[in-house]
Amino acid sequence: MAGSGTAHLRTGEALLRAEHVVVEFGPNKRRVKAVSDVSFDVMRGETLGLVGESGCGKSTMARAAALVQGLTAGKVLFEDTDMTKLTARELRKARTGVQMVFQDPISSLNPRRRILDSVMEPLAVWKIGTKDERRRRASEILESVGIDPDQTAKRRPTELSGGQCQRVSIARALTLEPKLLICDEPVSALDVSVQAQILNLLHDIKGERQLTMLFIAHDLAVVKNVSDRVAVMYLGKLCEVAPPDVLYRAPAHPYTTALLAAIPDPDPEAQVGSVPLSGDLPSPTDPPSGCRFRTRCPRAADRCAAEEPQMRELAPGHFVACHFSLEQPAASGGPSRATAASGTG
Amino acid sequence: MLEVEDLHTAFRTPRGLVRAVDGVSFEIDRGRTLGIVGESGSGKSVLVRSIMGLLPTSAAERSGSVRFAGHEISSLPQSELRDFWGTQIALVFQDPMTALNPVVRVGRQVTESLRLRAGLDRSAARQTAVALLESVGIPDPIRRLRAYPHELSGGMRQRVMIAIALACGPKLLLADEPTTGLDVTLQAQILDLLGTLQGERSMAMILVTHDMAVVAGRTDEVAVMYAGRIVEHAATNVLFTHTRMPYTEALLRSIPRLADPSHTRLRSIPGRPPDLSIESPGCAFAPRCAYVQERCRHEAPPLRGAGAGHRFACWFPVGSDEGTEALASNLEAGLPAATALSATSTVHSSPEAVSSAHSGIS
Repeated sequence: MAGSGTAHLRTGEALLRAEHVVVEFGPNKRRVKAVSDVSFDVMRGETLGLVGESGCGKSTMARAAALVQGLTAGKVLFEDTDMTKLTARELRKARTGVQMVFQDPISSLNPRRRILDSVMEPLAVWKIGTKDERRRRASEILESVGIDPDQTAKRRPTELSGGQCQRVSIARALTLEPKLLICDEPVSALDVSVQAQILNLLHDIKGERQLTMLFIAHDLAVVKNVSDRVAVMYLGKLCEVAPPDVLYRAPAHPYTTALLAAIPDPDPEAQVGSVPLSGDLPSPTDPPSGCRFRTRCPRAADRCAAEEPQMRELAPGHFVACHFSLEQPAASGGPSRATAASGTG
Repeated sequence: MLEVEDLHTAFRTPRGLVRAVDGVSFEIDRGRTLGIVGESGSGKSVLVRSIMGLLPTSAAERSGSVRFAGHEISSLPQSELRDFWGTQIALVFQDPMTALNPVVRVGRQVTESLRLRAGLDRSAARQTAVALLESVGIPDPIRRLRAYPHELSGGMRQRVMIAIALACGPKLLLADEPTTGLDVTLQAQILDLLGTLQGERSMAMILVTHDMAVVAGRTDEVAVMYAGRIVEHAATNVLFTHTRMPYTEALLRSIPRLADPSHTRLRSIPGRPPDLSIESPGCAFAPRCAYVQERCRHEAPPLRGAGAGHRFACWFPVGSDEGTEALASNLEAGLPAATALSATSTVHSSPEAVSSAHSGIS
């Protein structure tokens, strides 16, 4: 199965590089094609945001990137080592450099275990330090994510709020000093007022610890806020990759356009547009031929069914996999890079 | 049409009495849409269930008055309330998977109320059900009648829920987080659908949500709830442009916005919502408020009017002289909430590695 290509991969030193990753589940007849030939790279110190609706395969992609999920085909390179070629023992060791933060903060912590024990556990597994040293180290990390260890260390997850549990999950992910943090919908179960706290925290620890992040979410505003580069996924494939400010100002793929149009605006003056997309996501057991978005795409033509669009570069750093996207994003040309750079500098 | 006055609902729990709804009053007219916004635990769902009379009487203590079209319904026994459910007031629940019966075909779930309440015979109910499913945008409705809920997608299930709620032509539709858990494109579809159906049937609607953005474009007025109370209530555009309650202001500012550049630092609200089993004398938002003064900690502000139907509960409202003064003095004292709120919109600086990575591609 041909994917949407690798034109968007960059040369240079990528901390994580996924090449032609395919993940499928189930027996042949009802085989779920969760991820179909997806490639991406994350540079050191960068945050890559992966967005898409539920069922698009973004969580599977995250798990595959952490090698928690086996690949059907393709490879994942972490620091230029092909993780799929490692033995179980080597993989276990290599995976200490990649840690995950999950969506539901309460169920991702062991309810019977005290907070400090949960945070200490990764150290105990790797037999790092004495028990006292581990305890001290875990307390320090808890403190760095805004949890008071004196008050909270002895408590259990059910005694904490969702926001606090997510802080603890982040602390636990940090104990082994990973290089890459994979966050799978880390704020979607949290209240708005707490969500902002966690997003700011993630940004702070990323700066302090020189982390690289793969940030997965369905909320485009959240993804825009945290990312240096955004990849949009639809039904197991990437459809657009761009720096966030460019993507949101001049989306080139019809799916990205529809996704952006569907976001409600917290401004009562803003016009509520008409429904941008009709219908549901097609079944991943039997995806459409050619471009997977064609069944819901307003611009679909015969070519889209026959031929799979490949990633191509519209403007520096802006890639899209669509046959008909050229005429639209004329405005997204050269200055985008400059504004993004001055905005972040 | 619906008048709620001083409604209280409290649950008896081992930790003590939890005041989930603590003195809520509002009214809503025919054809209007009221948005009720609050974070989890603010009492918004309990409020909706209290209005419907759906709460178990054994665990809940309820007082206050709910009048629907002039009838007092809060004191009615369930047997009489049933006459109101479906035909007068209907509810769309948040999670269609648990609200629908998983072992009963969709057709029977839609026709149930048509036969019981509207008294239609089998074939008439079936025809009405097909028309209903069609009106909520379900393709091939005749075939869908024979489907079980698990055979439908999330969006389809929510459409079925809406069809069931609308079956007997209610005058008031309560929608409790109807789109939470759905994708944004589906959310837009469902909200559009609710808006269209409401217009066609000139129903009143209460849209309960945690998302300020959802109510912004789709309601006539908005009530913001915090710790079981309405803390601000105004016409939608007034609430967004002339916010008076510090909680509303903080909530609006903490939302990441698409219009902001990437890496904009969010102005978060420190702390978390209060434990409703502990009764505190002052304003419930005081511990997290940027405008807090001594008075707020001892004396709960009443919900007072500010003209043109704008009500808010605050001693030091946003934009007033006393509010500005309070914020300035808190800023001077270095109160975390005040500094977080007033932080100018800063953009996080990007680490070196990122800019070099980007320059590699251009």
